[in-house]
Amino acid sequence: MIDCCQSCLRRAFLIAHLAPRIAGLLGGRERRASGLLALPEHELLAAAAGRGVGEALAFLEAFDADGARERLSAGEFSVLCAHAAAYPPLLRELPDPPAVLFAAGRSETFAVLREEPAVAVVGTRQASPYGTEVAYAIGRGLGASGVPVVSGLALGIDGTAHRGCLDGRGVPVAVVACGPDVVYPRRHRGLHQRVREEGLVISELPPGTEPYRWSFPARNRIMAGLARLTLVVEAADPSGSLITADFAKDLGRCVAAVPGRVTSRVAQGTNSLLKEGAAAITGTDDVLDELFGVGVRQAPESQEPSSGPDDPLLRAVLEAADSCASVEAIARTTGRSAAQTRAALGRLEADGYLVRRDLGGWERAAF
Amino acid sequence: MLAAVATFTLDGVHAQEVTVEVDVRRGLPAFTLVGLPDRAIRESRERVRAALLNSGLDFPQKRLTVNLAPAHVRKAGPSFDLAIAVGLLAASAQVPPEQLEDCALVGELSLSGELRSVRGTLTAALGARRAGYRRLLVPDTNAAEAALVEGIEVSAIPTLTRLADLLHGRWSPDPARPAVADPGDAGQEGPDLADVRGQEDAKRALEIAAAGGHNLLMIGPPGAGKTMLARRVPGILPPPSFEEALEITQVHSAAGIGNGRLATERPFRAPHHTTSPQGLVGGGVRPMPGEITLAHRGVLFLDELPEFARSAVDALRQPLEEGRVEIMRGQRTLAFPANAIVVAACNRCPCARPPDSCSCTAIELARYQRRLSGPLVDRIDLVCQVEPVPTVELVGGSRERRTRSADVRARVVAARMRQLARLAGTGVLCNGDMDGRLTRRQVPLEASLAGRLLAVRDRISLSGRGHDRVLRVARTIADLEGRALLAESDLDEALSYRLDSWERVAA
Repeated sequence: MIDCCQSCLRRAFLIAHLAPRIAGLLGGRERRASGLLALPEHELLAAAAGRGVGEALAFLEAFDADGARERLSAGEFSVLCAHAAAYPPLLRELPDPPAVLFAAGRSETFAVLREEPAVAVVGTRQASPYGTEVAYAIGRGLGASGVPVVSGLALGIDGTAHRGCLDGRGVPVAVVACGPDVVYPRRHRGLHQRVREEGLVISELPPGTEPYRWSFPARNRIMAGLARLTLVVEAADPSGSLITADFAKDLGRCVAAVPGRVTSRVAQGTNSLLKEGAAAITGTDDVLDELFGVGVRQAPESQEPSSGPDDPLLRAVLEAADSCASVEAIARTTGRSAAQTRAALGRLEADGYLVRRDLGGWERAAF
Repeated sequence: MLAAVATFTLDGVHAQEVTVEVDVRRGLPAFTLVGLPDRAIRESRERVRAALLNSGLDFPQKRLTVNLAPAHVRKAGPSFDLAIAVGLLAASAQVPPEQLEDCALVGELSLSGELRSVRGTLTAALGARRAGYRRLLVPDTNAAEAALVEGIEVSAIPTLTRLADLLHGRWSPDPARPAVADPGDAGQEGPDLADVRGQEDAKRALEIAAAGGHNLLMIGPPGAGKTMLARRVPGILPPPSFEEALEITQVHSAAGIGNGRLATERPFRAPHHTTSPQGLVGGGVRPMPGEITLAHRGVLFLDELPEFARSAVDALRQPLEEGRVEIMRGQRTLAFPANAIVVAACNRCPCARPPDSCSCTAIELARYQRRLSGPLVDRIDLVCQVEPVPTVELVGGSRERRTRSADVRARVVAARMRQLARLAGTGVLCNGDMDGRLTRRQVPLEASLAGRLLAVRDRISLSGRGHDRVLRVARTIADLEGRALLAESDLDEALSYRLDSWERVAA
């Protein structure tokens, strides 16, 4: 699906062309990049190209729009400019909406974004196990409730939220700071692929563009713009996630945060958001309440088999596995031998009542 | 005049026969030593000269040539002293050469003419027996060790003078007696499982590991008792058979860490995590056995497994697969025996705190856990958690009520007997050594169990190798219970010990 006027396309490629210069121009003040991107073409040239303006003009002269279109459609990218009907209406509320959206994946997702309010789940790359757990659970809950989950495909919270959404059979929307076909970080190759299969990877930069320092805060405004609600799971202060929250505030959208341990570095950002009045989120239902009103929509029940195991030993071990840290403790609680407890645990896992936690523990197959 | 004397030197942990040829003839006094000797051997001319003179024997002022044959093999160490000295005596007609024909000798000389102990006399005795010698002459401090080998007469020689007497037929020592366990050792047993309070789960895992010869990984915070538990594995393994004990003693004798007596317990080696690949599997210019060889027929304990150098851990692949280490040096390959159970330990995460106060980030966690992959971890069949024991259990309970190593060992021995009977003719001695094909042939599943395992495989994404591991462990559990066919509970329990999905949390 390519719905893009000539001038918008040219402008998008101009930004990609100027991208390395923009980095030098902004110095440490990367947040201003989005203001720069909103400038009309000639002002952008004057601001960004500097002495290289002649070369930039030559690039504009030589720009082959038809060739670019052909390449984009050959790569099966979706391209929407701000003038296109399918362009997400919420994005237009930004003071500096991206001129063009390049996307890889299922183009039907744009229609879903028009019908369902999306939630941006963002947070630190250095997530704690707690943050990882919450991001996964909420991503999965929202996915299962049919709410698109917008995030940045970064390490830590972002990637985990996408993963949860995918596991909940939801619609993931990844907004990236590079071209939609460029995988960054490299470790998320597999995740990038899965997001493309089930949802969309979106960027304002054309395919093939590498990420720049300034393009991360710039894509944060797109995440905030696409979502009705921005949820910060874990964030240090200052951090990119708080920038996203600021964009959401400026748009008058709902900002929410997950309470964290007050002594944790990665909870400082979220806790200060809560002090400023952000909605406190303790589970998927809180997010749904904020979006649709209290009790209007609820996360579907988890897929846990409703009737527990019949065997009393298995039942007891399952109960104990909830509260005990080790096999040793479970055996103590249930009064069985280690071998019997082990056999029961293996049985419960085989039957899907328990899942393996990292490094040898168990937990109830939840959400 | 010419004389030839047989001696043995260490080639890895095996014996290499060396013939010491001595030629004495008229000419300017000189002492030439050929046959690729090292410094220690070249210096032996000084020891030999002084030892002969101090023993009241003659050091001939003639042209002396000593050749160590085969001449192309490098030779090291002071154990040639005795052979060179005796060769000189024979070549200068100070002792009759007849006695030397069916007799080999090893030993280092002191300047006073006393014999000093050397490494590897057990190996030398084995080599001498194989080569058909009737008698081996060794320093008296090594005699008990060498006498462990049956079928060869071992004589303990205190001094060079005595040796000359022996060769003249003026003295005939009693054959040396093999060293049995020191009576002082009898009361002192290895560490007992009964010393460990709680940890029933880990003890169960140890029992299975010992019964099937499976490699084991223990995960838990520092101070939970991982090392304490690991030290008790040799005590629940079956006592070494005579052949195994001989192998253990031979390795330790070659490495110079033996006590001269036959090993009665299996070795326990716990190398530090800074150990180099050579330290772990052996190597060096003159190849020395590494920790895995020193742990042969026993337990190699790798504490803080993720802290070991990747190259060191990866080097363990071949020994774990084949039960021996091969080291290439120049044109030849040296093989060390290396058949040990690996018991590894690690923390749950780099900060090693309990989960609710863990400060590790997902990236750190992923990095830590990624170090736990590769060829070694692929060969770990069992994983168990070791958590600190609650205070209540630490203070209460009597030692008598806890499981004793001897009881566990009895069950382990019974399980091993069943395995031996079943695996007869396959060249494999225990379940842990079965490869994938053998596992599937040796562990048939009833239709209901097979279907169940198939369903589980889909749900928990069990790899093919993981599948084999579960079968092996299940087979050992059934052996411990004395069941000919796997029961459902065996399979369930085995499933709970497996190691997988490390990447799940590594978001």
